[in-house]
Amino acid sequence: MTDEKSFVEIRHAQKAFGSLEVLKDISLSVAQGQIVGIIGSSGSGKSTLLRAINDLDPLTGGEVWLDGVQVNQKLPHRQYEKHINQMRQQVGMVFQHFNLFPHMTARENVKMAPMMLKGLSQEEANALAEEQLDHVGLLERIDYYPSQLSGGQKQRVAIARALAMKPKLMLFDEATSALDPELVEEVNQVMRKLAEQHMTMIIVTHEMDFAASVCDRVLFMDQGVVVEEGPPAILFTNPTQPRTREFLRKHLEGAK
Amino acid sequence: MGLDFSVVPKYLDIILLGCAYTVGITVAAAVLSFFGGIVFAVIALYAPWIIRQPFRLVAWMFMGTPLLLQLFLIYFGLVQVGIDLPAVVAGIIGLGLHFAVYNSELIQTAILSVDKGQMEAARTLGLSRGEALRKVVIPQAVRDVIPPISNNMIALLKDSALVSVIGVSELTLSAQRVIGKTYRPFEFYLLAAAFYYVINLGMEWVQRKIERRISMSR
Repeated sequence: MTDEKSFVEIRHAQKAFGSLEVLKDISLSVAQGQIVGIIGSSGSGKSTLLRAINDLDPLTGGEVWLDGVQVNQKLPHRQYEKHINQMRQQVGMVFQHFNLFPHMTARENVKMAPMMLKGLSQEEANALAEEQLDHVGLLERIDYYPSQLSGGQKQRVAIARALAMKPKLMLFDEATSALDPELVEEVNQVMRKLAEQHMTMIIVTHEMDFAASVCDRVLFMDQGVVVEEGPPAILFTNPTQPRTREFLRKHLEGAK
Repeated sequence: MGLDFSVVPKYLDIILLGCAYTVGITVAAAVLSFFGGIVFAVIALYAPWIIRQPFRLVAWMFMGTPLLLQLFLIYFGLVQVGIDLPAVVAGIIGLGLHFAVYNSELIQTAILSVDKGQMEAARTLGLSRGEALRKVVIPQAVRDVIPPISNNMIALLKDSALVSVIGVSELTLSAQRVIGKTYRPFEFYLLAAAFYYVINLGMEWVQRKIERRISMSR
């Protein structure tokens, strides 16, 4: 590791689909407990970068390191599968469209992976599901199916499901973009609570206000490169790059 | 001569026994075709080339040739290589595999149409692809195909009459045997038809029950 404090380290990340370069040599380092926001227009590569961290979208070049272990190391297929499953257990991910398992209740959604992968007993898993769903304020909905929950509730269950694996790192891929405006806040609150508990988080978002209030650092991405990064107070109020200014101006207009 | 159902009670036990055979063969073959369908679908979609290709040939054989021929092959043909199956077992295997291939087609489509995010979410939690298929994707795919599979199962019930050709006294053959004694074809064929209808109703009832149970979890 180049930097002792760096917990997540992305080195020269490249991703290309044929001749289309989605990520062009991106490096990024995140310290433990840090919260990093990634903003940018759609197609800027921000989701691809996030999904490269747990190898959901494998990079075509570069390295991803988590807590001293390389995530995307070259291994024979079988060994790699074992390795990546191990790594993914340490990284929670929350999706724009929740991706809850519709044939399972909230409880079953939360307890399935810990039971299968960590060998928890029924009782332990039930206690864990109760604890995690209580944490996101949904204990009373524990035996509801996803189809019986609102969007905000679904996303909170999805966060509880990710947290049940006790991840070292949480990735949020536009977690509130698919929600009705009045449901956004309940999800943001859960994320704020995680921030207070010093969870390391990387958050891809369209919500500038939320990013400004939660993140320690914000990256602005455009066309596969990090155009600018810095503390939100500076990046949002006094960006140095014309492209950042342009994006923020358009976004502000859009919000009105 | 006209219709005279007064002869029915005397031979009812034979008909009922045939009925029991039909129900038993249908249920056993249906279960085999359901789980076989899932296994076949997973092989067709995910097995390595070396397994997938010969499997395709077998699947084609079951879809492209008459069920009657398949029953002959399994019952009379296999004896030559030393596999001497009881007629009932041969019938169940023939019907079960035949419909497993049809079910597999439905399940394959359903697996492919399960939202990609489901597999992603499961993999993100650390599940292997096999685990994700087993716990997340296949249960959802199976839910989606309950109605079309039920149609296949009704077809299976009707085709179960074919096992009479290898000498299983199921409902149709039982009716025929009774007719051989009584010379009353109309009465006993109608009676057999009525029993098929009742079994049909029972199968629809089971289907509705399953559908109601899973309607919540969509």
